[in-house]
Amino acid sequence: MLKPLILSAVLLPAAVLVPALADDAPLTVVSWGGDFAAMQDAALAQPFAAATGRKLRFVDTDDPAGLVKAQVEAGNVTADVASVGQGAAMRLCAEGDVEPIDPATLPPAPDGTPAAADFMPGTLGECFVPTDIYSTVIAYDASALDPAPQTAADFFDLQRFPGRRGLGRTPQFTLELALIADGVPAGQVYEVLATEAGVERALARLDGIRDQIVWWDAGAQPIQLLADAEVAMAHAYNGRVYKAAELDGLPLAILWDAQLYEVEGWVIPKGAPLAEQAHEFVAFSTAAEAQLRSAAILPYGPPRLSAQAMLADAGTGLAPHLPTAPANMANALFVAPEFWADHETELRERFTAWLGQD
Amino acid sequence: MTKDAMQTALDPHAAVVSEASGGAATLLTTADGQPLARALARSSARARRRAFLLVAPLLLFVVITFVIPIGQMLHRSMYNAGFADNMPQVSAWFQDNPPGTPIDDTAWGALAADLKAAAENRTIGIVGTRINYDVPGTRSLFTSTGRKARDGFEPPYRDALLAADAKWDNPTLWRAMRSASSAYTANFYLAALDRTRDDEGSVTMVPERQQVYVMLFKRTLGLSLLITGMTFLLGFPIAHLLATLPMRKSNLLMILVLLPFWTSLLVRTTAWMVLLQQQGVLNDIFVWLGIVGPDGRLQMIYNRTGTIIAMTHILLPFMILPLYSVMRTINPSYVRAARSLGATSWTAFRRVYFPQTLPGLGAGALLVFILAVGYYITPALVGGSTGQLISNMIAMHMTETLNWSMAAALAALLLGGVLVLYWVYDRLVGIDNLKLG
Repeated sequence: MLKPLILSAVLLPAAVLVPALADDAPLTVVSWGGDFAAMQDAALAQPFAAATGRKLRFVDTDDPAGLVKAQVEAGNVTADVASVGQGAAMRLCAEGDVEPIDPATLPPAPDGTPAAADFMPGTLGECFVPTDIYSTVIAYDASALDPAPQTAADFFDLQRFPGRRGLGRTPQFTLELALIADGVPAGQVYEVLATEAGVERALARLDGIRDQIVWWDAGAQPIQLLADAEVAMAHAYNGRVYKAAELDGLPLAILWDAQLYEVEGWVIPKGAPLAEQAHEFVAFSTAAEAQLRSAAILPYGPPRLSAQAMLADAGTGLAPHLPTAPANMANALFVAPEFWADHETELRERFTAWLGQD
Repeated sequence: MTKDAMQTALDPHAAVVSEASGGAATLLTTADGQPLARALARSSARARRRAFLLVAPLLLFVVITFVIPIGQMLHRSMYNAGFADNMPQVSAWFQDNPPGTPIDDTAWGALAADLKAAAENRTIGIVGTRINYDVPGTRSLFTSTGRKARDGFEPPYRDALLAADAKWDNPTLWRAMRSASSAYTANFYLAALDRTRDDEGSVTMVPERQQVYVMLFKRTLGLSLLITGMTFLLGFPIAHLLATLPMRKSNLLMILVLLPFWTSLLVRTTAWMVLLQQQGVLNDIFVWLGIVGPDGRLQMIYNRTGTIIAMTHILLPFMILPLYSVMRTINPSYVRAARSLGATSWTAFRRVYFPQTLPGLGAGALLVFILAVGYYITPALVGGSTGQLISNMIAMHMTETLNWSMAAALAALLLGGVLVLYWVYDRLVGIDNLKLG
């Protein structure tokens, strides 16, 4: 009965945040909060404010794309820039909720390569400029597993690597991991998954470890499960594993085989009150130098090839922890937003039905 | 009959007054000469207006936060104009030609023109998403054809579209487009009941491995009943104890009931996770006591057991509080009288005490059951794979697949189900017998 209130709850903050359109009104940035927004503030927003005098105001939400959609549909847009995943950006773009961004307005690479050629192929969108690449990886308790797991297939090997497994309760990532572990080359995963037999094959692989799986919903949970020794291995986001291992001192390690990487970036909502300044900020914050500044704070990969090369040359301690490090990309899968836009509902129903079997 | 007499006859107050005054023909008047009946009607209308103004803020609040959103939700569950609004020409063709008409050049031309317009207006994604609900895998067919359509198609349009993508020749796709061309549809309700339309248009079940919603509705209903029963078994003795102890002691115990009630839901849920997990407090104690071996730690959370334990605990106060307030008012001399007339303590409880607690039990059961049916966050956190309820599916459609029509259809079915149960409850127990305090 309370479900419709969610709608009101989404729209209400929009009504409260009445923009003050003075000349020095701050640019409103919708982002994910936490360490991620703090990184964006330090690496992108503050240098932008120093360079242009335009301050930025961050609004935290766990669903920026939903917020943008609700604001545009309600005709009361207060967000100027939003940080969303590539799949959500494609959907918003095709539904006319965000503005096109001309790649010619983005700064070229330091060596003069135009921006359109500098971003990793397939990452730049019509309305979307990538800011970082993050990855879903297999994290394991290095103190408990000896020898360490080497491939995705080891995740499904309960004989050699006993202990429970943590997986996100979502078909996305889970089905891909199962197929790669079953021997499907990363390049063919989506071709296989588009067929009925492919879905069966992925679920059959998961059936093998089914009663050992602990399902998680929020990104913080797999780290907690690993820290409590509830699971021996878990699918987790690489930035969180890095933070837990390097900064909090937990004995966690990352298995980069079959990493599933995705692109995060900026969109500008249609009707943004400061659209012109928003375009300026997007151009400023996706330059190679800006991407290096972000990668120095959180281990998310820079989507520009020039920035990746500069990082490798600089030889900083962070470089091998990035999803884009060449050694980590060996058997990586680019999570295809088009595929999930097409098949998400169907596969989620299928997956939920599979989960519900007793 | 004179006009005044008629008024007297029609106005019950006036009639009573005139009869009371012995049936006199003259009308009673107030001090300033107005007919008494009219003055009375006027003053009572004023009182009603004032009473209405007092409740107006609440009424407005309920309408804005409750009636309108629920109305919107019910509307959304059967209305989706994503296709009809953005593909006007081909929708018009569907209107003009009955089902079964072969797809002619006009239809292909209308489709090509609509695709081009939708691609230019950036609404092609909305159209694709709408059709994708009925025919999975077709969203990209629309968006990719839309990208090619910006340059326009040359006649013959059928060949041009098939050259863009051969999937356009699929009869299932055309049937889905026809059904989406009218904005009002029952398809979301069909899907919410694991049903779909086959090639002839008649309603059938979806393939078994895709069936999920009916199972989840049943599970939600079953678990809610079970949790209601558990809260009754656990709550009844506690409420009885609270009601019969001297006030000072019972107030102290009451704090123990209320303290968790005032604690955040998330904190309590997380506390259960700490207690019940395999490396958790309870399992540690079991291993220490030697009840289970270190390898045989019990799995009590991230499954249905976890959902039942956590939800029973969280909903327990909703059973205890109405029971307690009713039990406090039960006169102990009834039971004493029954005992002195020779009833055993069990008979006295069963025949005398328990029936008097029914209003509280009814209120508690209804509260717990309705809350449990819509519970979301606890099953999401501790439910694992087998402890998920229908509300988790609604949330998923709201936030992840963004299929709000589907979420609305599921929520409407849940709402309808609860209302039916409420009606049944009213017939069996009677809503008048409900007592919250």
